[in-house]
Amino acid sequence: MPLTNDHIKQRLTGKFGDQVMNFQEPYGMLSFEAPKDMNLKVISFLVDDEELKFRFLTDLCAIHYPDGKGRELAVVYHLHNLEDNVRIRFKVFTDITKPDVYTLTGLFAAANWMERESYDFFGVNFVGHPNLKRILNVDEMDYFPLRKEYPVEDQSRVDKDDEMFGRG
Amino acid sequence: MARPVAYNVNVKKLENDISMVDMPEGYMGEGFFATSMNKVVGLARKNSIWPLPFATSCCGIEFMATMGSHYDLARFGAERVGFSPRQCDLLMVIGTIAKKMGPVVKQVYLQMAEPRWVIAIGACASSGGIFDTYSVLQGIDQVVPVDVYVPGCPPRPEAILDGFIKIQELVGKESLRRRNGDQYKALMESYAIQ
Repeated sequence: MPLTNDHIKQRLTGKFGDQVMNFQEPYGMLSFEAPKDMNLKVISFLVDDEELKFRFLTDLCAIHYPDGKGRELAVVYHLHNLEDNVRIRFKVFTDITKPDVYTLTGLFAAANWMERESYDFFGVNFVGHPNLKRILNVDEMDYFPLRKEYPVEDQSRVDKDDEMFGRG
Repeated sequence: MARPVAYNVNVKKLENDISMVDMPEGYMGEGFFATSMNKVVGLARKNSIWPLPFATSCCGIEFMATMGSHYDLARFGAERVGFSPRQCDLLMVIGTIAKKMGPVVKQVYLQMAEPRWVIAIGACASSGGIFDTYSVLQGIDQVVPVDVYVPGCPPRPEAILDGFIKIQELVGKESLRRRNGDQYKALMESYAIQ
C-alpha cells in the first residue's frame, strides 16, 4: 500500500491527538505543526514508526514572522521517506524572546551544521547542541542578520548614494 | 550576406617582429651608457611583474581568459603567475570578498615583500558591487591599500589588461625612496600595518 498523506495524518493524530495540528497540503506536500517541546517526540516517531520511516533529514531552517505574537520564529524540518519517496514538512514555532528549541543532533548528525546556521542567522537557541556557534558569518557579528528588524544593506557604508541604488 | 559586425577589417601592419621597451633617457658614448638608477630599476620591475591572483568568483573567469592565449597577459612580462605571496609583486584581487575573507586578503598582503602593488578587479572587489549586504566587504580598500581599480561586472579582459598597464606605469615611475617616505608610512599606519 503506498504511503498517502491521509495515512500519515491518521498515524500522527492517532499517536499525538490534538497536539499535531494545522495540517495543510500545499503542492501535495503534507505540512503540519506541533508545540515546540514536542519536536523530538514527533520526529522520533516519524523516524522509528514501521510504516512512516521518515529517516532522511533533507533540510532544517528557520523563518521569522514578525507579526505572529508569541510565535515569531519557526523552525522547519523537511523529512524524506526514501523507501516510498514521500516528503513532509514539520514546523515548530517559538517566542522570539525565548527561542529555545530542543536540538535534533541526537537523531540526525546532519542537523548539527544546519542548526548552527539557523542559530547564526535567526538566533534560534538549540538546547543540547554540542557546538552552537556561528558557522557562516564573521565571529564578531553581534546580531542575527536575517531577523526582519535588521536591514539587509551593509550599515558601514557612507559613500553609496541610496537614490543611485533605487531605494531613495 | 554580410555579418552585421565584422572583425579585423582594417589589417594593421606589423611594425616589429619583437617589440622592445625604449631605452631610458641618459648619456651615451662609445662603450658606456649612463642613466639614473630609478629608471633602470623601474624598467626592470614594470616588465617582469609577478602577479598573485586572488580570484574568488566570476571576475576570476575573465582573468583566466586574460591569462589564456587569446589575450595573453604574458605579453606584458607577467608570464609567471605565482601562488606564493612571498615571491609576488602584484596582488590581483578578483571577485567578491566576503567579510569573513577580509582577514585572509590582509594576511596575503602582509606576507608579500615590499615593493608590492594591489589591483582590485571588478565592481565587487572595488566597492562591494551589487552586494550591498551585511556579509560582503564593501571594497577591499577597507583592509588593504589599492593602487588601481578596474570597474566592470565583470570587466572584459581588455579592461583587465588596461588596469595592468596602469599598474606598469605606476611601477615604472615609482621613485626608489617612495616606500621610505612619510606619506607611505602614514598610509600603512592607516591600515594598521607596521
